[in-house]
Amino acid sequence: MTELVVQIFRFGFLLLLWLFIFAAFRVVRADLFGGRPGRVAAVPPRSATPKKRGARGPKSLVVTAGPLSGTKITLGDQPILIGRADDSTLVLTDDFASSRHARLTNRGGQWYVEDLGSTNGTYLDQQRVQGPLLVAPGQPIRIGQTALELRS
Amino acid sequence: MAGPVTDPRGPGATTPTRRGTEAALLAFAVLITVVAQAIVDLTVTGSLRPEMATFSAWITVLWVVAHLVVRRWASYADPLLLPAVALLVGLGLTVIHRLDLASERAGEVAREDAPVQLVWATLGVTLFVAVLVVVRDHRTLSRFAYTLALLGIALLALPAVLPASISEVNGAKIWIRVAGFSIQPGEFAKICLVVFFAAYLVDKRDVLALASKKVAGLELPRGRDLGPVLLAWILSILVLVFERDLGSSLLLFGIFVVMLYVATERASWLFIGLALFAGGAMIAYQIFAHVQARVDTWLDPSAYYDGAGYQLMQSLFGLGTGGLFGAGLGGGRPDQVPVAKSDFIAAAVGEELGLFGLVAVIVVYLILVERGLRTSLVVRDAFGKLLAAGLAFAIAWQVFVVLGGVTGLLPLTGLTTPFLAYGGSSLVANFVLVALLVRISDAARRPATPHAPSMRLGDAPTEVVTP
Repeated sequence: MTELVVQIFRFGFLLLLWLFIFAAFRVVRADLFGGRPGRVAAVPPRSATPKKRGARGPKSLVVTAGPLSGTKITLGDQPILIGRADDSTLVLTDDFASSRHARLTNRGGQWYVEDLGSTNGTYLDQQRVQGPLLVAPGQPIRIGQTALELRS
Repeated sequence: MAGPVTDPRGPGATTPTRRGTEAALLAFAVLITVVAQAIVDLTVTGSLRPEMATFSAWITVLWVVAHLVVRRWASYADPLLLPAVALLVGLGLTVIHRLDLASERAGEVAREDAPVQLVWATLGVTLFVAVLVVVRDHRTLSRFAYTLALLGIALLALPAVLPASISEVNGAKIWIRVAGFSIQPGEFAKICLVVFFAAYLVDKRDVLALASKKVAGLELPRGRDLGPVLLAWILSILVLVFERDLGSSLLLFGIFVVMLYVATERASWLFIGLALFAGGAMIAYQIFAHVQARVDTWLDPSAYYDGAGYQLMQSLFGLGTGGLFGAGLGGGRPDQVPVAKSDFIAAAVGEELGLFGLVAVIVVYLILVERGLRTSLVVRDAFGKLLAAGLAFAIAWQVFVVLGGVTGLLPLTGLTTPFLAYGGSSLVANFVLVALLVRISDAARRPATPHAPSMRLGDAPTEVVTP
């Protein structure tokens, strides 16, 4: 074994290790900044009705308060079910929430919130939701301890 | 794309599963493992072993199987978890093999530990597969929370009640040695208890988050809510007393306090935990000779060079010899550190790969933990959030405590470096841990598919859903 080979092994292997880390960081970076869809539970658009989604209209639903605070759901065309039931899009563990509490629906690029007959009600701003109501981005939706809002 | 067949999404919908990325990174990790083995053989013996081919094939098959299983049963799982584990296991195997060669050279009784570790890794991957296949939804685990708690405590207590001839190694009563195999049940207890803590805290966090008084900007919890944290504290003290194991005791209590903090978002729990820990540590230092010895050697290892401090001093010498870039794989004398294969494997890595190599290993752990915490942020149910955070923190805490011990930052504890160190139960248990993380991350990244086929709002039948 010549000294040169030993040195090549020595530094070559460290280089290899760090290359692995850079490759891994590229994936982390793509997750953080990359515009790729689906990094956070995306609700994919229905292929049957391919609608062009313009720049307008909210893109995501963000939980701003409550136990799930920070959770972000990327919006597609499908309705978002909120409640304690396991099959809800956003599963709440809140004694003040009903198992099927509220639903957000997309109609022509605009989102409507609808209360599904919950016990304690859904509030948009300060107003209790009776029928479907149009939700503007940034308007807080309150369900028990959880607050949500649409972001564009 | 190996999406589920029943997926109602059309072909136009693209949510990347990232399985390709995972495969590429796994291939890279396998390549690094094989290269490392080749470098060790060439440097130490000057030629390649014939076993190299078998080893390479074995390790490749192992990760291919793991990857295919993830592809089939957790297709949206995080792409970085498995490659990070693969790299750590591969590096661990290499360093253990390197130490095998060193003891062979020294003319000692040749103990081939690397093949044994490879068998344990195979068992680990088998359990990884089993967990992914059996646990289809991590939320089902919360139903078995109390069973798992019982199992965890039983596993934890088992070595304490067994006779010392079966359970004691080097003063720590944490083993079960049967027919040549030694198992550390505490490693499995860790996972059971994290699952239980997660389920329990999801249930009780509203109560635990109630504040009574505000003292110096801290919202203190009510006195009666201190029960659980005191119970966890007593449990870890019992572990310390009856098993004489500082590591498990610290690990358990740390995990519980941090999960309590994550669940309630109250910083006061961290301070209460810290205060309890400080109190416990003081008492333990006064009462137990083994704790006292650990602390004394930590404060001044060179004073005990001929005795208890020898191991730590050798480890520090090794790290010093390694310097920035290390002595090269196979170039150092890592066998100078007693029990380098298990407790002090980080010292061997530091000596042969240097600061840059050791930091690379720490960064790989960091990636693993970051992906775990990210999973915890993204997943949509509270139990999954707490479980992922707890498991990720368990890895981080363990790595911190072990590396702190090896570098002289903290007193030595006798925890194992996850995935890297020689030791079957630790490796297998950590594979189960990662399998759970993979399962949760699959649920987190999987696109939300509504249960019922979606309807337009106007077409939906009117129904009154009783809450």
